[in-house]
Amino acid sequence: MRKIVLTALSFMLLLSLALTGCATPTPQVVVQTVEVEKEVIKTQEVQVIVEATPAPSAEAYPRNETLYTTGVQWGPPSNWNPWNGGGYSIGTLGLIYETLFIYDPLADTFSPWLAESGEWIDDTTWQVKLRDGITWTDGKPLTADDVKFTIELADPNGAYKAGLAFQNMWKSLHSIEKVDDLTLVFNFKDNPPYQEVGFYFMYQVPIVPKHLWEGRTAEDITGGANENPVGSGMYMAELMDQDRAVLVRNDNWWGTKVFGKSPAPKYIVDIVVPSNNVGLGLVLQGGIDLDNNFLPGVASLVKGGYGIKTYYPDAPYMIPANTVQLIFNLQKAPMNDINFRKAMAYAINVDDIVQNDYAGLVKAADPTSLMPSWEKYIDQDLVKELGWTYDPEKAKQILADGGYKDVDGDKFLEAPDGSKIDLKITCPSGWTDWMAAIQIISRNAEAIGLKVTPEYPDYGGWLDSLLKGTLDMSIRNEAQLSSTVYSYYMWIFQHPLETIETAQWGNYGRYDNQEAFDLVDQLDQVKVGDDEGIKAITSKLQRITLTDLPTIPLWYNGLWAQTSTKVWTGWPSAAEGDNHYLHATWRGYWNMTAGLMLLDLKLAENP
Amino acid sequence: MGRYFRRKLLIYLLTFFVAVTLDWCIPRFMPGNPIDILISRAGLRGSAVQTMYDYYTRVFGLDQPIWKQYLNFWASLFKGDLGISIYLFPTPVSKVIAGAVPYDLFLLIPSTLLSWIIGNNFGAFAARSKQLDNTLLPFSYILSATPYMWLGIILAWAFCIVFRIFPLAGGYSFAMKPNLSFAFIGSLLSHWVLPFLSLFIVQLGGWAIGMRNMIIYELESDYSHYLKTLGSPNRLIRKYAFNNAILPQITGLALKLGEVVAGALATEVVFAYPGIGYLILQAIHNEDYFLLQGCFLFIIIGVLAANFIIDIVYLLVDPRMRAGMQGETA
Repeated sequence: MRKIVLTALSFMLLLSLALTGCATPTPQVVVQTVEVEKEVIKTQEVQVIVEATPAPSAEAYPRNETLYTTGVQWGPPSNWNPWNGGGYSIGTLGLIYETLFIYDPLADTFSPWLAESGEWIDDTTWQVKLRDGITWTDGKPLTADDVKFTIELADPNGAYKAGLAFQNMWKSLHSIEKVDDLTLVFNFKDNPPYQEVGFYFMYQVPIVPKHLWEGRTAEDITGGANENPVGSGMYMAELMDQDRAVLVRNDNWWGTKVFGKSPAPKYIVDIVVPSNNVGLGLVLQGGIDLDNNFLPGVASLVKGGYGIKTYYPDAPYMIPANTVQLIFNLQKAPMNDINFRKAMAYAINVDDIVQNDYAGLVKAADPTSLMPSWEKYIDQDLVKELGWTYDPEKAKQILADGGYKDVDGDKFLEAPDGSKIDLKITCPSGWTDWMAAIQIISRNAEAIGLKVTPEYPDYGGWLDSLLKGTLDMSIRNEAQLSSTVYSYYMWIFQHPLETIETAQWGNYGRYDNQEAFDLVDQLDQVKVGDDEGIKAITSKLQRITLTDLPTIPLWYNGLWAQTSTKVWTGWPSAAEGDNHYLHATWRGYWNMTAGLMLLDLKLAENP
Repeated sequence: MGRYFRRKLLIYLLTFFVAVTLDWCIPRFMPGNPIDILISRAGLRGSAVQTMYDYYTRVFGLDQPIWKQYLNFWASLFKGDLGISIYLFPTPVSKVIAGAVPYDLFLLIPSTLLSWIIGNNFGAFAARSKQLDNTLLPFSYILSATPYMWLGIILAWAFCIVFRIFPLAGGYSFAMKPNLSFAFIGSLLSHWVLPFLSLFIVQLGGWAIGMRNMIIYELESDYSHYLKTLGSPNRLIRKYAFNNAILPQITGLALKLGEVVAGALATEVVFAYPGIGYLILQAIHNEDYFLLQGCFLFIIIGVLAANFIIDIVYLLVDPRMRAGMQGETA
């Protein structure tokens, strides 16, 4: 008896070993290498059908009605609260709760959304008219009361005093009045921050229903899980589980009448994908339609005929979404020396990072660091006069002229006062593309005789060094695509300096220049759309960043987006005839043009 | 017998206390501050940052002196309250863990036990067969030295991408809603096979080698030779050898449990399989003290409970232990 069991067990073992052995392809396939790829693609198509057919009753989300996405959620989804800016599940802001307007950063235009119009009727009064006939998903109408209630949630003198992202707006907002059910006026104090009004009130603040949020505590508003969200948007919350969140289409959405179309996918299933290999595999199989993860080497797949598309068919493939900058601690020597910073600017070979680290998926940044969407503000004459390009010889010259010498003969330069230079450049551990980038920067620094060692602390420790100002050098990219270049300059010139730790928004190097700070405050008060006014101020700010180099712009990080055309087509791209929306599931992008993207999706012919 | 268990229980309680204290301390030694991370991810600006900073600090009790935080921790632990996850705010840690643990148990218990049983039997079997020993043993060595992560990637590539037999990611089909149907259970199983195999195969090699070496050692020992000279049948000798060789393997099983959790972490990441391993990784990145504490508490309790069970098993399989205990009481 025992022998039989043993034999059976060892047979099982052999079988399991044999199964691993299967990993090597059969000889036939190996011989016909060219055929293999075609075969694989064919089997993929078959597989999709096979998966869709068995027991349709078991499949709650049929493939031809479902959009599969990934890239926003890194852990189990936890809430549907639009005020929980860093943690809400996919689409909570934008698809479930909506904003008054939406913003298109590529065209730099606002479009009415919940609002029909928004006008400054005088310098301090902003009048908003809502669309008629919008209802919450529980059937109640969305009115001016809901908007007034939402804005007043953050009023520090109001009933709730909730710590919402736009709370600062109440410093300049005097009151908000309902004129009739669909009309409101915002009364501002003198010199309203027009740029921030456009940013927050037009497309960042989600309007929530008064009748369901009334009476909640401030804690519940800012941090509650909001388990059964009632919004006004094109989707509703359906399910949350360990590794996914599901949205279902709202068939009574107001936009169906207004735009004459509704989003094609009935369901959106957002998948938690913890590693690149899984994401890549799912995209290749057609299991994911839109992947917003950074997939190194995706360029070769775009070119390889796998049915994977990116926004541009060639480098840089992705829409630039933010600028990665080298930041210096300006309170420490030698980073407080302009010659040191200037030498670093000439020493860094950004093309090396772009080509070898990113394989062309990003684009080198303009010396002003303004992204292509803000290109119209770039003062080209200034760039010609003060810009720089990779030139290590010039960097060496600048250092030599500045008094940097190798005193002790260790092949590294010492500071003009004779002290040793031994600096650290950091980025969070696990951010592999950035880790490779700071290695390149470290080698570039070494080439001009500066000792700069890369280090990779945990995210928490790294963030702490930025907030407390204990870093030497690091790289960072917080200021994203937005309606106002003010948000970018506020990031560079965050002030006053003592608030940097609590503001958590830029100037980690503690750059101190009152002139720049005043200019940034003035910039906030330029009216939205007044490009000349913005240029006049930003040109002065560009002169300051180009001469003083508080940071060094390196490259534009992309809006990572890989789309598969196996089931859904009509994806945004740069090509003429395609739409130019943003295909991002990230937080803060549905209220730009990502929502419109859903309206243009079409089912592929043979999904 | 009673004394044995009393002593064991005391040791377990002491271990539990020390382990949980370490579990509480270590996350707090990390540089940085979880509230900063939470706020930084939420993208707050201006006065809202201070408001929320104070609020979260109060909610998590981080405004209190450190000794008081420690006492509070024990107090709420006895009430079964593990706190609120910072990273997955506002979900309670107990709810986060309850959602993940079934996947872990379902993965770890079968893979560990099956690999142990099959590995031992196969190792014992291989020790007697020259041919098997020469062909499969080197393979076992390779398996046992294989990192879980690497084997996982190979399996995923082979079975999910090339042959498309098994799905690549998730706990169950992304097209399904959890329900009690054969289709759903089938989907759960098909998503479970590869993570299970990657853990099972790597562990299997180790147990097989261990057992094979032990058996050879036992067959060469004096009592085996003595039995042989007495003319006992080979089967009897092998049986005694097996009974002796299994003891260190049982101890090994207890030791291995802690290591398996680490293996599960890699496996869960590679297959995007839900579970506690991946939560630990995220909790570390986000300095989520409470989630980390909760996850490690689960591991501590799991390892201690497993050790306790193994202590009892030892009593059952090792007559010397029983004899020793009877000697004590006599």
